[in-house]
Amino acid sequence: MSELTVTLLRYGFLALLWIFIAAVVFSQARDLTVGGKARAAVRGGREKLRDARAREPRQEAPQNPRPAAPTTGGARTRAQQLVVVDGPLAGRSFQLGSAPVMLGRSAEATIPLEDDYASGRHARLFAQGSKWFLEDLGSTNGTYLQDQRLARATVVDPDVRFRVGRTVMELRP
Amino acid sequence: MSSTVNAAPERGTEAPVRPKPRRITELLLLLVALAIGVGANILVDPERAQADPRHIIMSGTVLGVGALLVHVVLWIRARYADPYLLPLAVALNGLGLAMIHRIDLSTNQSAANTQVVWTGVAMLACCVVLWLLKDHRRLRNVTYIMLLLSAVLLLLPMIPGLGVEINGARLWISVAGRTFQPGEIAKITLAIFFAGYLSTNRDLILLAGRKIGPVRLPRFRDIAPMLAAWAIAIGVLVLQKDMGTAIMFFGLFLAMVYLATGRLGWIVLGVLLMAVGGFAASRMFSHVALRLDAWLDAFNPDVYNRSPGGSAQIVQGLFGLASGGLFGQGLGQGRPDLVSYSNSDMIITAFGEELGLIGLGAILVMFLLFATRGLRAALGTRDAFGKLLAAGLSSLMVLQLLVVIGGVTRLLPLTGLTTPFMSAGGSSLLSNWIIVAILLAISHSARRPVVTGPATDEDLATFERRRRAREERRDNERTRTDGTDAAPGREPATEPTPSLSRTTSVSHDAAASPGPGEAASATEVISRITHRSSGSAGHGATRASRSDRAGGDAAASSGERGASGGNAHDQEGGTR
Repeated sequence: MSELTVTLLRYGFLALLWIFIAAVVFSQARDLTVGGKARAAVRGGREKLRDARAREPRQEAPQNPRPAAPTTGGARTRAQQLVVVDGPLAGRSFQLGSAPVMLGRSAEATIPLEDDYASGRHARLFAQGSKWFLEDLGSTNGTYLQDQRLARATVVDPDVRFRVGRTVMELRP
Repeated sequence: MSSTVNAAPERGTEAPVRPKPRRITELLLLLVALAIGVGANILVDPERAQADPRHIIMSGTVLGVGALLVHVVLWIRARYADPYLLPLAVALNGLGLAMIHRIDLSTNQSAANTQVVWTGVAMLACCVVLWLLKDHRRLRNVTYIMLLLSAVLLLLPMIPGLGVEINGARLWISVAGRTFQPGEIAKITLAIFFAGYLSTNRDLILLAGRKIGPVRLPRFRDIAPMLAAWAIAIGVLVLQKDMGTAIMFFGLFLAMVYLATGRLGWIVLGVLLMAVGGFAASRMFSHVALRLDAWLDAFNPDVYNRSPGGSAQIVQGLFGLASGGLFGQGLGQGRPDLVSYSNSDMIITAFGEELGLIGLGAILVMFLLFATRGLRAALGTRDAFGKLLAAGLSSLMVLQLLVVIGGVTRLLPLTGLTTPFMSAGGSSLLSNWIIVAILLAISHSARRPVVTGPATDEDLATFERRRRAREERRDNERTRTDGTDAAPGREPATEPTPSLSRTTSVSHDAAASPGPGEAASATEVISRITHRSSGSAGHGATRASRSDRAGGDAAASSGERGASGGNAHDQEGGTR
């Protein structure tokens, strides 16, 4: 093999290494961003302007064009408050977001009930679309929705009472 | 941590862009990677390659078939896995094979053949792990078994008769005439243990405990298992006289604690402890003192020529790097064989000599890209365990590289560690390919499409129908009624609806046998629910019902609580 070929191959191999790296880097360019930031960068100035007004509530509507789903009104129509009607915590009310809420006696519950008849991890409320679902987490004394013991996750409508241990609660819009 | 948890919902509220599987990208990059590996193997001695191409054909075949096998397994089991991890690993492995082969040619060894065999074994192991590990969260269930396993693996070389002492370090076991380094596997099991333990007890470690000045000390019982793991790793390694591995394990411990808690204080404390420990070790152990001396005073002729613990190896390596210069001598043109252990500990200097700064830089960038892909998987995945494990394994690889390359370039004292994917040594190769498999599995769950937006009635109806079908089947099994009678009734119940065709088709396949496939689809559904509910959490709605927490913490913990609640839901669904 001639000197020239050897030299060419030598530099060619180094080039190949970097071509490989370039291929990896350029093909992952968009993937490196977390979440939807890639598109935000493309939209540029317009998006920045929007970001400035992001706190405004009316932003909700154009950002979330999903009236197409007819059965679910989304987060706005979902009950916002959990009110304790009876039991040790009677009279207290809790603001609900969209994160799941764990009810129980243990300290790690989202709403720790000071109720001796409640299990440590008693029940869980979770949001889905416009509805809250109540689910028993294998409690000892059971969770009752309108005097019926829950066997599975069930929709809880606003103003319908449910009982965890001795605590009676209801959701308010 | 909390920032990444917060970042996930943003994606939920954005338009539902379907992630692409990107397996074609992977295939194309694999071809380039194979070209690098085989090309390097040919270039080390083109004349010989023409005369006697057996080794090149064999290593090329093993590398190619193994890579394609992993690729096919990914296509079947983890379609959305990261497309870059595999090509990068194959390229690095191919380069390592070529360099070992090249050093064999000038020293008349046959390490390359062994390495080719191990490459095949390691890639097979990668496939097996990928095949079995459909959901990486299962590893969390064996957290404490992993701790036990790490202890056993680390203690194996101490067993008389089984353990072998090589070069003063008792790190190997000898099985059927082959040596194996169980510590390499232990680094994975320890990482799994740290990830499992910290993801469960992170809040306890962070929030419970006495406050002394600005520092909050965790309660002893919260941190005790971690300390036990750390003591096992370090204690055993001090007894086995291997500094490099001890530093790596200690670094892994620090990295994982930092990743979980985000407290820089741990790193500061750890580095101080390491400095104190290093100083003490240099006073107590003669071999450590010799190492330090050879590092600080490498060019002193007395030190250079000293028989045990001389600096000849380091200095020869540096000379090699120097003679490589910017563009290198060219593959097969240098004299890397002058350095002792040039195909394992010192393989980086061999590359520096033959490929130069540009080539070595390329290799380092490949490692960097590999680690970033691992961290990307950690950012993308939604469960704390997966995040910790992926980030921990990536930082493990970076730490190992730091110790090795810092050692050969005289930035740190030289300690014997292998360069991942490159050094001759089967156990290291095996463990690194298992790490690839775990990272691929995590990245699959990170990039897997998640249906966002509120659940439609159709979705709920499908859940319900599937649950009922499962109930029915269970009843059928219990009462042992005629199976053919129940089958037609069950079949339409699991019929996929258009909106859920993907997830239901998974369960449809598994419907015949109530096995792990169904469980996996159930967790997928649950992860969709939890993702969806946490998806709107970042959307300006008030979230925590308790106001006595800081915003970031509340978001993180509510996300985690959602995940754990989801698991509970899952289990409950299973018992019915």
